[in-house]
Amino acid sequence: MNMVFSTGEELLEICKSENISISEAAIRYELMISERDRDEIYEEMRLNLKTMKDSIKKGLSHKHVSMSGLVGDDSITMLEFASQAAMGERMAKIVASAMAVTEVNATMGCIVAAPTAGASGILPGVLIEFAHQHELDDEMILKGLFNAAAIGVLIAKNASISGASGGCQAETGSASAMAASALVEMRGGTPLQSLDAAAMTLKNVMGLVCDPVAGLVECPCIKRNALGAVNAVLCSDMALAGIKSIIPFDEVVTTMKNVGKMMHIDLRETAKGGLAATPTGIKIAENMAKAKQKTSQADNSKRD
Amino acid sequence: MNCSIFDIIGPRMIGPSSSHTAGAVRIGQIANKLVGSHVKKAYVTLYGSFAETGRGHGTDMAIVAGILGMDPDEGGIRYSHFTAQQMGIDIKIEFSKEEAAHPNTAKVHVVGTNGQEYTYIGTSVGGGRIEITSINDLELGFSCEYPTLIVFHEDKLGTITKVTSILAAEKINIAFMKVFRSQKSQAACMVIETDSQINESVLKKIECAAENITEVCFI
Ligand code: SF4
Repeated sequence: MNMVFSTGEELLEICKSENISISEAAIRYELMISERDRDEIYEEMRLNLKTMKDSIKKGLSHKHVSMSGLVGDDSITMLEFASQAAMGERMAKIVASAMAVTEVNATMGCIVAAPTAGASGILPGVLIEFAHQHELDDEMILKGLFNAAAIGVLIAKNASISGASGGCQAETGSASAMAASALVEMRGGTPLQSLDAAAMTLKNVMGLVCDPVAGLVECPCIKRNALGAVNAVLCSDMALAGIKSIIPFDEVVTTMKNVGKMMHIDLRETAKGGLAATPTGIKIAENMAKAKQKTSQADNSKRD
Repeated sequence: MNCSIFDIIGPRMIGPSSSHTAGAVRIGQIANKLVGSHVKKAYVTLYGSFAETGRGHGTDMAIVAGILGMDPDEGGIRYSHFTAQQMGIDIKIEFSKEEAAHPNTAKVHVVGTNGQEYTYIGTSVGGGRIEITSINDLELGFSCEYPTLIVFHEDKLGTITKVTSILAAEKINIAFMKVFRSQKSQAACMVIETDSQINESVLKKIECAAENITEVCFI
């Protein structure tokens, strides 16, 4: 059977006729399109998992200062508040983990793009912290990552995973859809429930624009990773409870692509619209430009 | 296009941006591969959003790191300016205000310790992937995703066959091949993407295959 799926329908068909999970389908897909064998594929994903775990640890271990000086310690602040959180301590810890990775990213630490660097907190935050809370082993997290990769492949093939072409719905939206689907499999749900969870996640942020202040992956990106983590957990819960997505996954992905196309260029990573264009956003960008001028003047005088 | 699952989960990289940081490292890496030795001197010009938001994204550090031969996931990227200084490598970075054809573009002029000199333009096209769009004023295009052989020559009948027959004899399979030239019978360049690595002795053979072959690089 051809394992190279291009739509959610095809993925479900493969899972059904081969009687396999989405994670196994993702591995067989990779076996077909790459020259790696199963062991190499596992090893590569294990390396990704290790870097993900390290990035959470690093983010929560001490406060960081980002390139612009804007962000760096919100994850720790969230973690310290976790026991009082209205969404519950467990959810708050997942959110803190997601933010931690994004902060490490903003401070030039090592992360795994999933699917992009800007949205890199959601998948590790949700999967690793959930597994920790439920005492699931690494094998189970790896299953989650393979499952998530299948969803990401489908979105990349039929829409986009980059903020520059599809807005933030395509970046943090895709990351949450991947995490939601992965959680469903890790919690014993069916492939159809996985796709339903992914579809609902994308629906919840349909049209979300990409508007990074001063063009940096900091504000609003870190908080959007927090939202993405909550969205993923929420939609996996809805799917496992038996709630279905009224619009099927494939149609949601296609429309996400169309909505992305309709989005004005100012709202697609150019830092010319949205939050980047607020008075405060503009002021931050101006201050950074001034600081930049100062340093390059200093550089030049060194050269002369 | 069938993307790999590791294009979705991956690469492992130093943040904050796959195009402004990881892609910039990869553009820098081309420098020492082109000269085929360590780099002695480099002059880098950043254009478009590389220039506008480059400092905040560490684009300058990333390119320098690449020139030093670091990979996109190495922690040393943050300190690359300092490392270059320590190693006595002279690297200057300019943030240009000029427009470029693509937003995330860098021009690199590089001199190797072996005296080789090149100027190339690289563009970061998203997700850490890059494209080299020009070498020594010759417009071309390749992605660096495969082992890439670049043969500079004067455009003359039969040169391509000479090169490809050497590759065939060495059992090196060609994945893609493109030929670029400025004008008929003038400077030209073959870009050959292969499925396997090419060793020094084969590169030498290619260099000696015809008189009009001026330079051979393997990236
Ligand atoms: S706002 Fe833009 S840069 Fe920030 S996470 Fe969303 S898509 Fe990425």
